[in-house]
Amino acid sequence: MLNNSPKSAAPEAASSSVERVFREEHGRILAMLIRVYRDFDLAEEALQDAFAVALDRWPLDGAPANPGAWITTTARRKAVDRLRRDRAFVEKRAQLETAASLDAQGAEAETDDMTELQDDRLRLIFTCCHPALALEAQVALTLRTLSGLSTAEIARAFLVPEPTMAQRLVRVKRKIREAGIPYRVPPAHLLPERLNAALAALYLVFNEGYSATSGDELVRRELCAEAVRLARVLCDLMPDEPEALGLLALMLLHDARRDARMAHGELVPLEAQDRSAWRPEQIEEGATLVERALRMRRAGPYQIQAAIAALHCQAPSADDTDWAQIAALYGELLRLLPTPVVALNRAVAVAMAQTPDDGLRLLDEPALASTLAGYQHYHSARADLLRRASRPSEAAAAYRRAIALATNAVERAYLQRRLSEVADTR
Amino acid sequence: MLYMFLLYWDEENPPAEPAVAIEEHFAFAREARSRGAYVCSEALGGASNATTVRVRDGQTMVTDGPFAETKEAMGGFYLLDCQDLDEALEYAAKMPDAKYAGVEVRPVMDVPGWEYTTIQGERRAM
Repeated sequence: MLNNSPKSAAPEAASSSVERVFREEHGRILAMLIRVYRDFDLAEEALQDAFAVALDRWPLDGAPANPGAWITTTARRKAVDRLRRDRAFVEKRAQLETAASLDAQGAEAETDDMTELQDDRLRLIFTCCHPALALEAQVALTLRTLSGLSTAEIARAFLVPEPTMAQRLVRVKRKIREAGIPYRVPPAHLLPERLNAALAALYLVFNEGYSATSGDELVRRELCAEAVRLARVLCDLMPDEPEALGLLALMLLHDARRDARMAHGELVPLEAQDRSAWRPEQIEEGATLVERALRMRRAGPYQIQAAIAALHCQAPSADDTDWAQIAALYGELLRLLPTPVVALNRAVAVAMAQTPDDGLRLLDEPALASTLAGYQHYHSARADLLRRASRPSEAAAAYRRAIALATNAVERAYLQRRLSEVADTR
Repeated sequence: MLYMFLLYWDEENPPAEPAVAIEEHFAFAREARSRGAYVCSEALGGASNATTVRVRDGQTMVTDGPFAETKEAMGGFYLLDCQDLDEALEYAAKMPDAKYAGVEVRPVMDVPGWEYTTIQGERRAM
């Protein structure tokens, strides 16, 4: 996380307090520095310098009473030092003058101004998730700046070589600067669209960590935790945006089941998961958030997906799941988000609420069948319904098609097991 | 900040009646001018009328056609003075070409010492 390792003689408490401040305050302080100096690189370097000083000094002098304010003041001093050293000093004079006038207002006054500080973090979220930036670049920059993850950590999480990730970060910062992407919270008429872009980036971070395609388990855990943490920040800052609450709820509810999703290296389907391994406090929080969001009466895709996840998580057993309600929610979701994958999920819910044949009728609609012909989960869902409808030879054919399309070893093993079940009953 | 808007469209299968598109451009340019953003704009002759010149080893080579053969060719441009990329993107969405094909938005670079830009009106700082 930090390049500098603490001095060996240093008391551990002081260096772990640097770690903690880094985690908690990195995004907030960096966001403020970017506003003041209008320069991502300068802000990052100054903040890095300040944490390096903290690692040197806190073990000797003890951690300051207000560590966040200490880091902020030190980082600003370091930024000014760097600007002075800069050969193009004259060009930077404007930046220095802005900085000086803000310094004159007093660093204390500024740290007390919570609204401005909160706006800083929002500005940073919306700038990092600007739709003029490629989604992968948005995600990388968000993790780098708001979460303080190192380039190496982000590279590992997304399975790309570190130089590639470093290059991606350089390019995205250059585009923000040179294309004139504003550092601000978007005005009201742009906000709905921009908020959606930010939520989509956070959900991508979460899904990258959640879907067990490959990679380092620990890094993936951290991605999920970061996505949840950033969604919390967004919800704190925009408490009246129901879709932000919906996304946070959705991620908490998915994440609540993480320990039950795998057993002996195989994916466990929801109905077979050990419900005692789910996290009740997370389910509780997620469900409460969904209710709060839905009361605002501006339903959106994240809220509805979270409501569905909540119904699954709150069912005492797979058999006691309220499938009728889930099928109705999928109907609503399909109206808001008319995609083939939502249609597929709705068909499965209808099959559970009514009969497998009712679900199969929806799945076999020609338009859906041809659109999803190359989609593994279409064939595995169809296979499951055929199996439940006691049509084993058709089920076996559908499992074989799903296996042929599967790219994930865990999922392939699961499908293979299902196939052998229906093949045995023939 | 100055932005260049490159207007692309499919010359073989024009998605709109030229007369309609021209009317829409007049309306757009009037709005951009009234908001103080308009700098200049031109429509270009078709890619079939393009000629490309390359000099290699002192030899001039002239070929028929555009520099890059693409299905959609550049048919014109706007140069507008915008507050930032967000404002530029709002203008781009209002250009008729955005709904017919696409508009590419590029920031105009600040080249130190470059004194040949003629801009009507004030060039706004960011």
